[in-house]
Amino acid sequence: MTQQVSVKEPTAEQIAEQKIYSQFGVSDSEYELIKSFMGRLPNYTEIGVFSVMWSEHCAYKNSKPLLKRFPVTGPRVLMGPGEGAGIVDIGDNQAVVFKIESHNHPSAVEPFQGAATGVGGIIRDIFSMGSRPIALLNSLRFGKLESDRVKYLFEHVVSGIAGYGNCIGIPTVGGEIMFDDSYDGNPLVNAMCVGLIDHDKIQRGVAKGVGNPVFYVGPPTGRDGIHGATFASVELSEESEAKRTAVQVGDPFMEKLVMESCLELIDSGIVIGIQDMGAAGLTCSSAEMASKAGNGLELYLDQVPQREDGMTPYEMMLSESQERMLFVVEPKDEAQAQEIFDRWGVICCKVGKVTDDGRLKLYHHGEVVGDMPVTALVDECPVYNKPSEVPAYYVENESVDTLRYAEVTDLGGALRTVLGSPTVASKAWVYNQYDYMVRTSTAVRPGSDAAVVTIHGTRKGLAMTTDCNGRYVYLDPEVGGRIAVSEAARNIVCSGAEPLAITDNLNFGNPEKPDVFWQMERAVDGMAEACRVLDTPVIGGNVSLYNENTTGSIYPTPVVGMVGLVTDTDHITTQGFKQEGDSILLLGVTKAELGGSEFQYAVHGVTEGRPPALDLATEKKLLSAVLSSIRGGLVRSAHDLSEGGLAVALAESCISGGVGANVELSANGLRSDVALFSESQSRIVLTAAPERAEELKAAIAASGVPVEIIGTVGGDRLRVNLDGASVLDEAVAELKFVWEDAIPCLMK
Amino acid sequence: MKFAVLVFPGSNCDIDCYKAVEDSLGEPVDYVWHTATDLSAYDCILVPGGFSYGDYLRCGAISRFAPVMVEVAKAAEQGKFVLGICNGFQILTEAGLLPGALRRNMSMKFRCHDTVLKVVNNETPFTIDYAKDEEIIIPIAHGEGNYYCDEETLAELKANHQIVFTYSDNPNGSVADIAGVSNVQGNVVGMMPHPERAANSLLGSEDGKRMFTSILKTWRDRHDAASIR
Repeated sequence: MTQQVSVKEPTAEQIAEQKIYSQFGVSDSEYELIKSFMGRLPNYTEIGVFSVMWSEHCAYKNSKPLLKRFPVTGPRVLMGPGEGAGIVDIGDNQAVVFKIESHNHPSAVEPFQGAATGVGGIIRDIFSMGSRPIALLNSLRFGKLESDRVKYLFEHVVSGIAGYGNCIGIPTVGGEIMFDDSYDGNPLVNAMCVGLIDHDKIQRGVAKGVGNPVFYVGPPTGRDGIHGATFASVELSEESEAKRTAVQVGDPFMEKLVMESCLELIDSGIVIGIQDMGAAGLTCSSAEMASKAGNGLELYLDQVPQREDGMTPYEMMLSESQERMLFVVEPKDEAQAQEIFDRWGVICCKVGKVTDDGRLKLYHHGEVVGDMPVTALVDECPVYNKPSEVPAYYVENESVDTLRYAEVTDLGGALRTVLGSPTVASKAWVYNQYDYMVRTSTAVRPGSDAAVVTIHGTRKGLAMTTDCNGRYVYLDPEVGGRIAVSEAARNIVCSGAEPLAITDNLNFGNPEKPDVFWQMERAVDGMAEACRVLDTPVIGGNVSLYNENTTGSIYPTPVVGMVGLVTDTDHITTQGFKQEGDSILLLGVTKAELGGSEFQYAVHGVTEGRPPALDLATEKKLLSAVLSSIRGGLVRSAHDLSEGGLAVALAESCISGGVGANVELSANGLRSDVALFSESQSRIVLTAAPERAEELKAAIAASGVPVEIIGTVGGDRLRVNLDGASVLDEAVAELKFVWEDAIPCLMK
Repeated sequence: MKFAVLVFPGSNCDIDCYKAVEDSLGEPVDYVWHTATDLSAYDCILVPGGFSYGDYLRCGAISRFAPVMVEVAKAAEQGKFVLGICNGFQILTEAGLLPGALRRNMSMKFRCHDTVLKVVNNETPFTIDYAKDEEIIIPIAHGEGNYYCDEETLAELKANHQIVFTYSDNPNGSVADIAGVSNVQGNVVGMMPHPERAANSLLGSEDGKRMFTSILKTWRDRHDAASIR
């Protein structure tokens, strides 16, 4: 590679006159504000630092008013939003640490590295809290799996995730993927990491103790990822390809060493504060650490390890080179810290000092090259209340009759179509590329409702899942937001766990469009309400805006990452039918709700109408009834009804269990295609040993949840009768083939 | 009996091997750093899986130069038990302690799932608790597990009963479905599948546990025989 030569930087005056700041996404009024905080014209480095600190990615300037609507506290919450990741108590002096983060724009341009560094970044958030990462999940969205470009993005995002997680040795245990035209050209790549920590090991990113040295850990800083945070805060365009330099390059081997050495450092008890260098690299970590302690910080940029010659302060401050951390210790502990990193072969050097003047001061070649008030950088970014407007499509959808298509009578064919739709089809092609077993704690592997990871030395486990159906959120953001949280909770409960809390990744279009901002508001309201009713506070998350493609905004996709506690590994439950003769119970009520369903999309090729309704009180009753039945040992399998409705849920339980089922349903006035494929919410299929089925039914009914025994596990076919007439009679082996072969076949 | 689990920069199944020994056998086990120059205290050396040195250059190609590998070679020569799993197998082939080499999977993709193995040789110190030709479930997780050796070596492997495990459904393109091989003496074994991931019923299979119990049983038998003499 040829050496990059730095062009001469514009002067402070040129920046003002030529409005160069606008290239960094700084508005005229923001520039004026910066000037007043500085008391002078900011130079090139300073305006660069401000621009990333005041980007949506770092400052949440468009989303902050909405994020305030989330409940963020609870009796178990040890740390809410604001630090690297949130923390929830799980008893016995242990806690679970988790967070989700997006890497959408980098992945759209450079899918392998974009996805890989997304994983790397979220892992650093977890171990910077002092926690040992124990699992990874992800949530992915792509366009229709038909064009070469979509296949390319899909293939390389998956291998990027695999390449990073496998190498660093953290199992990728779960996730979800949806394919829809809406994400064409702007895929979503959200990565979640879960860690374990003892209460007394919890760290914070604070630069406390005036005079304490500040250390840089990790590989040298290069010119990669410059302005990544700004890049993430604008729409992708034809020119985005030219911004590939804004995409970072990952080295999971280096991160493994950085992780092990940092965890050892934290274990030694000498750390005052530690934070990872994520978005906006050295700038964000140093400013935030100083801000949280109410201090200032000096950085000696000549001491920063550099990958290339001639790097400028601007480049060093804005680089998003990966696998780097910043920490503070007392001077007396410097040698001990250094020894740990030497042994792991990781670069560690002193690059700064904590000061008491509240300023971020940058020194280079013996001169002060930047001098900014820390509070202005971290706290003073203006917050915008964007105008909001009900979109026309939402009004129009009100009158759409989702039953306007003729009844589909070949229900076997429809089931095969839906099972073969890449959104519903088996994701084994994906997760078999992930090492989901390393650390030997994965009790429920990818492919069931939620993954379960056991906690060594205890009888406890953690269930985890990611969920969001963007179609529902698009059709009705508030209901869709409620469903996203509820479905996650249903998956957690079906695995035998109690939902604890969520992390969210708000993926939306351009918030400057009033209809997009309306989607954001309504979706957040729906999620917040669900979180309150279901007792799952939001302990952290990420916002990714400006997700747009040539046809407009993506479907609003607020992804929910939820973790639940399995109090005894005996409670772990999976979706597959277990034994011939077991009784099948259907919990909940099926209504004529095809709006936004997979059936509507796969069979009729549309996404229209209103999504299924969801009543949170009903949902809560269902969840507690199912969890107590599982804990009471009455349940052999549990599967929540989601995309594809009852037909797909039954098929999946048959396929996973390698056994058939005979089901008798009453139509209750519904058309046969509606009865089988409606996506009515708050429904779960359970199985129980035949002699305990009535007991289970009574227990569920006693909690006020509608329940019916609808059939028996057995044979090698899935047979469904509706009001006595056969509507489905398919060989499980054949359904399995359709379901398993769909994605490999498309990817050949 | 004392076990060593080697730790290279980038090893990531070291903890799993340690746990498997501790939980399945309850025998003493230590992590031993790649820079160690003395393994005399150990009776069995486990070379764990992972991505030592990030798999840079070629899997295992850098690790084989680690100081501890000199000691591993010595231990092998002394007849101590050496088991390389996944990346550990790759390291042992790179170090010349086992024949053959591991290439990229035929699919060119990383693969992680259960596999059915056939125990071809149940007379090694690592396999005496299995029946000959028994089928066991042990998971794989690798991108470079495609075992290769030339015809001549394959003939030798067969003649000397060095093929320890074969896959029932070859997942990676390995020559003769080979999943694990031993040296001529039988005291060094390398395998791509992970027995330490099948040592607990909660994880799906307990079939891997018997590799660890085999090691302990063999050691005790030899130890007892030696003390009687």
